[in-house]
Amino acid sequence: MLVCHEMDLLVIGINHKTAPVEIRERVAFSGEELGRSLRKVLEHPEFTEDMILSTCNRVEIYATTRDPERGIVALKNFLAEYHGVSLEEFEKSLYVHSGSGAVRHIFRVASSLDSMVVGEPQILGQIKEAHSLAVSHNTLGIVLNKLLHRAFHVAKKVRTETKIGNSAVSISYAAVELAKKIFGTLEGKAVMLLGAGEMAELAAKHLVAVGAQRVIVVSRTYRRAVDLAMTFDGEAIEFDGFRESLKEMDIVISSTGAPHYILGPEDVVGVIKARKNKPMFFIDIAVPRDIDPRVNEIENVYLYDIDDLQAVVDTNRERREREAMKAEEIVEEEVLKFYHWYTSLDIVPTIVSLKEKFEKIRKREMSKYVASFVRITEKERKSLEALTSAIVKKILHDPITFMKSPDLNTDTAEYVNAVRKLFRLDAEGGEQTKKQGRDEGA
Amino acid sequence: MVNIWFFKITVVLYLLGTFKYLLFIILLRELLAKIAFISLSAGFVLHSITFILRYFEAGHIPVTNLHESLSFFAWAILGVYLAFYWRYRIKVLGAVVATLALILMIPAMALPKEILPLAPVLRSYWLPIHVVFAFLGNAVFALAFCTGIMYVIQEHQVKSKHIGAISRRLPSLGVLDEINYKALTFGFPLLTVGIITGSIWAQYAWGSYWSWDPKETWSLITWCLYAALLHQRLTVGWRGKKAAIMAIVGFFAILFTFLGVNLLLTGLHAYSNW
Repeated sequence: MLVCHEMDLLVIGINHKTAPVEIRERVAFSGEELGRSLRKVLEHPEFTEDMILSTCNRVEIYATTRDPERGIVALKNFLAEYHGVSLEEFEKSLYVHSGSGAVRHIFRVASSLDSMVVGEPQILGQIKEAHSLAVSHNTLGIVLNKLLHRAFHVAKKVRTETKIGNSAVSISYAAVELAKKIFGTLEGKAVMLLGAGEMAELAAKHLVAVGAQRVIVVSRTYRRAVDLAMTFDGEAIEFDGFRESLKEMDIVISSTGAPHYILGPEDVVGVIKARKNKPMFFIDIAVPRDIDPRVNEIENVYLYDIDDLQAVVDTNRERREREAMKAEEIVEEEVLKFYHWYTSLDIVPTIVSLKEKFEKIRKREMSKYVASFVRITEKERKSLEALTSAIVKKILHDPITFMKSPDLNTDTAEYVNAVRKLFRLDAEGGEQTKKQGRDEGA
Repeated sequence: MVNIWFFKITVVLYLLGTFKYLLFIILLRELLAKIAFISLSAGFVLHSITFILRYFEAGHIPVTNLHESLSFFAWAILGVYLAFYWRYRIKVLGAVVATLALILMIPAMALPKEILPLAPVLRSYWLPIHVVFAFLGNAVFALAFCTGIMYVIQEHQVKSKHIGAISRRLPSLGVLDEINYKALTFGFPLLTVGIITGSIWAQYAWGSYWSWDPKETWSLITWCLYAALLHQRLTVGWRGKKAAIMAIVGFFAILFTFLGVNLLLTGLHAYSNW
């Protein structure tokens, strides 16, 4: 918690871990009304900045407030009133973070550490959208703006420094990954869908997305085959005729409802010979299986059934989780950095460093001046000290009085930040602040 | 003997490159691969300078004793790898190639490095032509050997459904097989020209095109192996694992022709004790 701070960060939200979709959908914000919702939050006197993130997996409101306790209550009531849902219905599913907890939360969400599938990158794009929407409705101030930019930076860092997003964690992506392992490039490869299941369709979509060219759909109901083939710009074939086309296929995804094997090793041996040993990849996602497992023993033929694919997915998941630990460390580090910048926005430390800076300049110039004279009496030196000190004090009097005045209340952070930038208060001092200053520029 | 200093620095750079590449395979940090590649390329440049210096010192192409031949073979292998790198940016292959080059360089370092007067029979302009073609061909096949090993490992991983740390580090089967084929189409003509030029030279030097000296016999065996692979590949589509295993076997034949014949058998090709 960032106690003793004039302004505090708050986030309240609900996500796939805390609430089922029945509850989430009731408090979700639709795209068109989001701008209005953003402004509505700011109508509450407690809040100075806000941003709303509303996706199918999470609904979150970020805000800055002077009084976290009242702010939390206000945000909860806002959600309930705005959506016309009674608070009791979803209060148990809400999570609330403030201060550095809120910083950590947004960093973790942006880095996809809080996602349903850890490492899936969509969430970052969604946050970017939420951010630009808030920017265009002018509901962001310096704190949230900086927070979001840091969150993008952290997400990028996590992506490049860990291998969190590198491996497939769904069956259909695992199939694509394996196809790449076998063929290298999928450019121009031909795919056959034997049976038109949903998972087969998804896998085919992914394959086409990475370059597969020809799609042939085979189904016992020809109509269905034609419909599906249309979506891929492919061809449909009657079930009885699929064997003739096999030799032109590089990848076969099988998901028929057949009660027994429809392809055996003797079929595939002939096909592979006709192809002059060009490799083939069979993906059998049917249960019971469509393809005799002995097919995998044929040279240049690879057969994966649903369990094999699941095993690939499982090892990839484990790997992602290991990488997620590294990512959490990066997040912690970045939370500290942000916290450091954030606390520096306090008025008192800013006044102190402003005074220090001026005093340093005064002393340096004084000693240069004194050194340039050979003879200077102690009395003269003292009066010079008094004079320069008085000038510094007079110059600083107005800005400091202004910063201490209560008029500043709403825009503290902006002014403090401006003062720190104007006088380059962060450029000097310890290593930590120096690094921070550089990152800010990036 | 400045060239020997260059040679030693080259070995150090290769050592560094190999070490960094092996670290890269373990840690998968891109920076390591970059450093390794730079060390290896720098080593290759110094290695080339070594040969140029030695050429001027000796007055003939320096491939006439075992130290020079091993060193030249390592140089040719790296050169071929760097040429392939234009097309196939496979970092892991760099690790295998660097290790192989190092394995050749270490005995080369231990062997006597003096420049000896050239045997009269070798004084011919056929010397550089024959040797360069033969070595380039061998070097291309060395690359096919490296990708062949990688293919066999990767194929085993995919077949047995172990898609884990090993599989992730190796290139795809498709790319490895493509390199195997490319190597065959480049290496085979080079080897053929190497053997033909050797045979013409033999006519001048020994008065006969072919005298069934062990080196000749073994290079013919090697040539037949690769000819068979190329033929099968083009006609019935021998590819994948079969082609990879053939590339491995073929390279052992090359190594025997190159080293085994000199060390274990005697014949016309034995010109120096080392």
